[in-house]
Amino acid sequence: MHRGKGMKFVGDSRIPAERKPNIPKDYSEYPGKTEAFWPNFLLKEWMVGSVFLIGYLILTVVHESPLERKADPTDASYIPLPDWYFLFLYQLLKYKYAAGDYTLIGTMVMPGLAFGALLLAPWLDRGPERRPVKRPVATGLMLLALASVIYLTWESVVNHDWEKAEQQGKIVEVEIDKEAPGYKVYQKQTCIGCHGGNLSGGSGPSLIGTGLSAEEIANIAKNGTGAMPADQFKGTPEELKQLSEFIAGLEKK
Amino acid sequence: MLQKMYDWVDERLDITPMWRDIADHEVPEHVNPAHHFSAFVYCFGGLTFFITVIQILSGMFLSMYYVPDIINAYESVYYLQNEVAFGVIVRGMHHWGASLVIVMMFLHTLRVFFQGAYKKPRELNWVVGVMIFGVMLGLGFTGYLLPWDMKALFATKVGLEIAQTVPVIGPALKTLLAGDATIIGAQTLTRFFAIHVFFLPGALLGLMGAHFIMIRKQGISGPL
Repeated sequence: MHRGKGMKFVGDSRIPAERKPNIPKDYSEYPGKTEAFWPNFLLKEWMVGSVFLIGYLILTVVHESPLERKADPTDASYIPLPDWYFLFLYQLLKYKYAAGDYTLIGTMVMPGLAFGALLLAPWLDRGPERRPVKRPVATGLMLLALASVIYLTWESVVNHDWEKAEQQGKIVEVEIDKEAPGYKVYQKQTCIGCHGGNLSGGSGPSLIGTGLSAEEIANIAKNGTGAMPADQFKGTPEELKQLSEFIAGLEKK
Repeated sequence: MLQKMYDWVDERLDITPMWRDIADHEVPEHVNPAHHFSAFVYCFGGLTFFITVIQILSGMFLSMYYVPDIINAYESVYYLQNEVAFGVIVRGMHHWGASLVIVMMFLHTLRVFFQGAYKKPRELNWVVGVMIFGVMLGLGFTGYLLPWDMKALFATKVGLEIAQTVPVIGPALKTLLAGDATIIGAQTLTRFFAIHVFFLPGALLGLMGAHFIMIRKQGISGPL
């Protein structure tokens, strides 16, 4: 490379005026069957990538990604479960010496030691040997860690109540029978204006799964409650009975 | 025509050395699956990068519909999943990619570990790699909350309770992540969104850049 005196630049820039030739390196003298990354090997990488992508897309199409019902912080009975790659940590916390008074062992000491050892592996295993059999301590500890992670994940999976988990997260879709006499009254008495066509609420609250009895609902329809004024219902007592029983029968599944 | 355009840019910016730096490097026989089938173990790192690119792209498309607040988050994901054209595919790719990237990264880590490829002079690259592993787990943890469905909320609750057990800084750490000492709600969702979409991807790109520069500088480890 030309340096110093006599160098020419493009205009007043620092770009040298002398062009460098754009030719690939020659690997023919390299050991074995060494080949160039560009373009030979990159093409092979892309072929591997395409095969992988096809598998990935098949997985995506066959298994729709899960979505449970909307988060409800008041539901205390929900049994939580993290994503699968955190299951081993979650399982660890269920053991006697990693929970209760010893929680710190499960949450900090053991994961901390494992992650720290992984991070510092080059300084813990300093010998020049690279073959796994020639460094039994490193290989053995890694195999032990692997076995424990697999075992803990397995234990977590077999001990989880998957049927209950599926039930507790299900999206609830209440089907409204719009032919029911109660629904006809609901429409006619203009309840629909505030509580919505699917009784799921509008300017008024949702009427699905209110937990109220038919008598209580009839009372509210007559006398109002909260922001709802009295005398909204103007039909016959027969219609009132149909309406209140219809609404009381709408339960969250 | 293309050559002329290249020359025009090259004369002004001298891009040939940069281009040759990227294109010119040798692929030794022992890492090439075309010559030794067992060399497929060297694919795991590249596949991790491939999935990461897909995660970034699918995430960009998801963010066109996703709304990070507790009223609309769930509805926007539900809409994306059920109404938007190909929404189920894009969300599916992001969901499954999150698992696949962990699998591939795990296999890559094991390959490097069992081959002792982290030894001198590659210690720093190993450390950066373990940090990438941590960032990926963080992305998985924060992304899990974003659909704001039941499993999201309750898994995050458990995760934050675990964070709280850390001695001394635990409660402060939980408040930093959740936005409040006790409530897991609107603040938590926006914070997790910011961490998932800005903080961690930023860290990830920086670390990956360092990872690649180091491997290019040192070359791949030799045969065992």
